[in-house]
Amino acid sequence: MNKSVVGQKRLPGDLAIWIFILAELTVFAALFIVFSVSKSLNVEMFAEGQATLHPLMGLINTLSLITSSFFVAKSVLFASQGQLAKSAQWVWIGIATASIYIVTKFIEYQSLMALGYNLRTNIFYTLYFFITFFHFMHVLMGIVILIVVANKARKGGYESDITGVETGASYWHMVDMVWVVLFPLIYVIK
Amino acid sequence: MKFQSQSAAMPYFIFALALFVGQIVFGLIIGLQYVVGDFLFPEIPFNVARMVHTNLLIVWLLFGFMGAAYYLVPEEAETELYSTKLAWVLFWVFAAAGTLTIIGYLAVPYATLADITGNGLLPTMGREFLEMPTITKVGIVVVALGFLFNIGMTMLRGRKTVINIVLMTGLLGLALFFLFSFYNPHNLALDKFFWWWVVHLWVEGVWELIMGAILAFVLIKVTGVDREVIEKWLYIIIAMALITGIIGTGHHFFWIGPPEYWHYLGSIFSALEPIPFFMMTVFAFNMVSRRRREHPNRAATLWALGCAVMAFLGAGVWGFLHTLAPVNYYTHGTQITAAHGHMAFYGAYVMIVITIISYAMPIMRGRPNGNSRQAQTVEMWSFWLMTIAMVFITLFLTAAGILQVWMQRVPESGQALSFMATQDNIALFYWLREISGVIFFIGLLTYIASFFVKGDAVEVAE
Repeated sequence: MNKSVVGQKRLPGDLAIWIFILAELTVFAALFIVFSVSKSLNVEMFAEGQATLHPLMGLINTLSLITSSFFVAKSVLFASQGQLAKSAQWVWIGIATASIYIVTKFIEYQSLMALGYNLRTNIFYTLYFFITFFHFMHVLMGIVILIVVANKARKGGYESDITGVETGASYWHMVDMVWVVLFPLIYVIK
Repeated sequence: MKFQSQSAAMPYFIFALALFVGQIVFGLIIGLQYVVGDFLFPEIPFNVARMVHTNLLIVWLLFGFMGAAYYLVPEEAETELYSTKLAWVLFWVFAAAGTLTIIGYLAVPYATLADITGNGLLPTMGREFLEMPTITKVGIVVVALGFLFNIGMTMLRGRKTVINIVLMTGLLGLALFFLFSFYNPHNLALDKFFWWWVVHLWVEGVWELIMGAILAFVLIKVTGVDREVIEKWLYIIIAMALITGIIGTGHHFFWIGPPEYWHYLGSIFSALEPIPFFMMTVFAFNMVSRRRREHPNRAATLWALGCAVMAFLGAGVWGFLHTLAPVNYYTHGTQITAAHGHMAFYGAYVMIVITIISYAMPIMRGRPNGNSRQAQTVEMWSFWLMTIAMVFITLFLTAAGILQVWMQRVPESGQALSFMATQDNIALFYWLREISGVIFFIGLLTYIASFFVKGDAVEVAE
């Protein structure tokens, strides 16, 4: 009964997840504001800190998350056409693409920590490590949600109602959207 | 009542309310001692009365939570309680231990109490809110283990609902974090650091799960809204409570020695702690407006709605007021903290326990449709008396706190008023607070009285 109808205006996914997404975005917004304000107060420290980051790895992560989001969107499309096996397949491909992010992020943390940078070095690294790790935890949580969705889709759980697929996908888009703001803010903007 | 064994909750609720009365009596005593310093001296010194006031609060809330669990877990699991006998035995153990501890506080000097209870073997006493003797703490652990076993076995045997799982998670967390009260390092910074793992992670962490679960249970019962809808809300509320509350512990780490980054983490995450409370308010009103039936126990619905609103105001708004590090630099440990503490505890935890008592007690007393109209009217009077009195207590303490910050904290050193001179200047607000306290006490007595009001049995309007 809840199948997506193109052109019809309605909220994809569950209302509850949207409240949660808004609350999560508030948390990230607060973190970004604190980062920006601290940056304007410590211009040199932040420029030096930014120079030690790896923008290429950041770019790889951006591509990994956006591509993964695209695959998950494809899966919603298949689900709305009732092709649940295909839908599950694309969710798994999305998860696989997102794992690139996890590996890259690990390498990045390791190389920074090998150079002796950590949460306590200065405000820049406090915020860098905290904000990116907090986002990292959200990627893990998003993946857990997607695994649940993929499993249920494979078992044909969304035959009459695809709200669950849309709910998982909405959360997943939030995770990559936050990264799309995070990446330029922390890695790129001088 | 669906299951006979749910009545194990009854002694817990009754004892909780008795301790509540004791707590308020001692609250009135220390409120008066603020302005009449030698009142009841040397029989009941301020520090002892304050200890009794705060410890009674914690213990009666624990009784309330346990009673709530004994009532709602069997109903949710759709099975009898694993062991009613165990629930009764633990009740008497806990009640005896609690009573003996309070008598100990009042009868002998604290140092003597520490001596005779063998604090020297495993020193855990002397820390705010965790003043109880080590043997009492061990007793609490034993009671908690037995309780969790009883509730856990009941859950495993029956239907597994989200409400039960969330409640159980909260209760397990409560027991787990209490264990940090046994860790008492010599380093004062470390001691304070882990002390907050009990105090903060209780009230701003796992207790919120317990509160959410009880609120969800009562809302299902009084509104008839689908379980699925209510469970969904419960999930996102507790997720948000944990996301903000756990790292929010940092707002206690500003000035006690941990690394400076806690200024950032503590400020940001605790500034967001009002969100789950706000969601609870939206949730409660939303469910009541979507109700599928007019539950005849209107008093219980009133308590549930009031709880959500007052928790948001007390814990959310009044917490936010002084949680940012640059603000807290000036307000730390002033009457603003006391204002927040009073309204937050009343709004979130006192009211949620009264909500479940208000819903469950009539059923256990053989009135499935709630108390008589007359009794409910008295109960609703007590709701407004206590709640409005608490709002005034909070406002007067906030005013006292703002003046205190202004006179004692803001001026450059040398120009600032001394602590005692400041206290003299804000005495008026302490008097006003004491008057509000008396009204609160009248409200509480009215509430107790409502249990004895007879009247016509309520018919269900279908």
